[in-house]
Amino acid sequence: MTLIVSESPVLDPRTLAEALQLRAAHPEAMPLAGGTDVMVYLEAGVIDPPRWLNLWRLNALRGLSRSGDTLRIGALATHTDIGRNADAQTLAPALVEACRTVGAAQIQNRGTLGGNIVNASPAGDTLPVLLALDAVFELHSAARGERRVPAAAFWQAYRKMDLASDELLVAVHLPAPGAGDHTHYRKVGTRLAQAISKVVLGARVRLDAGVVTEARVAYGSVAATPVRCPKTEAALVGRRAGDLAAAADLVAQDIRPIDDVRSTAEYRRDVAARVLRGWLGTLTA
Amino acid sequence: MKTSITFTLNDREVTVDTLPMARLLDVLREDLRVTGTKEGCGEGECGACTVLVDGHPVNSCLVPAIQLQGARVQTVEGLAQDDRLHPIQEAFLKHGGAQCGICTPGFLVAAAELLAREPHPSRAQVREALAGNLCRCTGYQKIVDAVVEALA
Repeated sequence: MTLIVSESPVLDPRTLAEALQLRAAHPEAMPLAGGTDVMVYLEAGVIDPPRWLNLWRLNALRGLSRSGDTLRIGALATHTDIGRNADAQTLAPALVEACRTVGAAQIQNRGTLGGNIVNASPAGDTLPVLLALDAVFELHSAARGERRVPAAAFWQAYRKMDLASDELLVAVHLPAPGAGDHTHYRKVGTRLAQAISKVVLGARVRLDAGVVTEARVAYGSVAATPVRCPKTEAALVGRRAGDLAAAADLVAQDIRPIDDVRSTAEYRRDVAARVLRGWLGTLTA
Repeated sequence: MKTSITFTLNDREVTVDTLPMARLLDVLREDLRVTGTKEGCGEGECGACTVLVDGHPVNSCLVPAIQLQGARVQTVEGLAQDDRLHPIQEAFLKHGGAQCGICTPGFLVAAAELLAREPHPSRAQVREALAGNLCRCTGYQKIVDAVVEALA
């Protein structure tokens, strides 16, 4: 094993205000949270930033809180923090399930939700769920204060996102499920733990008197970014529970999978539709 | 530039001068010469280098030294008390839970954490808690047997 150790200095802020100032002053610094992606890139020689910005001490970015109808998840909340949080279990069971399939315990204990979001991997397990739940990201900068971006507008192209070089992701806001909401998470990989997804689905369907009034269908690992499926969603709205499964036929028009080391485009198209069809078939009025 | 990092290793305070981005794995093995923790893949896939940081199992190949300031680190060396093996270690001996041994320290540490958190886990919970630890000799049945018995 070749040992690569970065000799670059580390900026080590204690407060968010300090971190935002350092972020603005040193746009070349690589932000570091739980390290479960960044340390792998470093050791693989993929990155060698001239400076690091350690966010691990920013306790204000940790933890989850519920206010009224919204669950606020600090960007530094680990997958374990989320998986074991009672409010998350009640308000966002699909996200809890996703957090429990990221890597295994060692990764869940260190990797953060914010890290998963800004790592912006098209295969990030939690990301389709954030799209399905209409998550909103709270971004801060020293110069412009706070702004909010819906998850649906955040990932713009392969590993490109709506995040300025002086901004940090501070929190994720999840609206509470509405009456009649049904949510689903499904990861397809080679095994349950430590597998990068071949296909990952996050979905939400709102039923009112047995008819779909709102639908979110989102996937990972089937395009250059995590994606929503507008055609499939539109086809679901107005349909009756018991007669939803056919909408899954449109998934192939909404996704752009490729062949890679983990799977093929053909398999992904087929399985993406199947996992959705299977779940839609379980929904009854 | 090296920096001074102070943390608790198996209930003893230690201070090392190391690069801030040095891996905890190397701080343990190279700086402190505490070599019970092994390196497997070096990329967070195999769990061989598992240690506890503030009570949670983590891959020590993915934790930079700068994040250890004030942390509580426990390694396989901290499991036995004086001459008494930890119950998990006794059970691994009894069931033949170790073959080549490279993955064993990581399994022991992950299993010990499960014991502390969940006194009577199901076989499925044991498998989930150990899902991040790979045994290249594929001795999983005996490992799970050992953990289930130790926790019974």
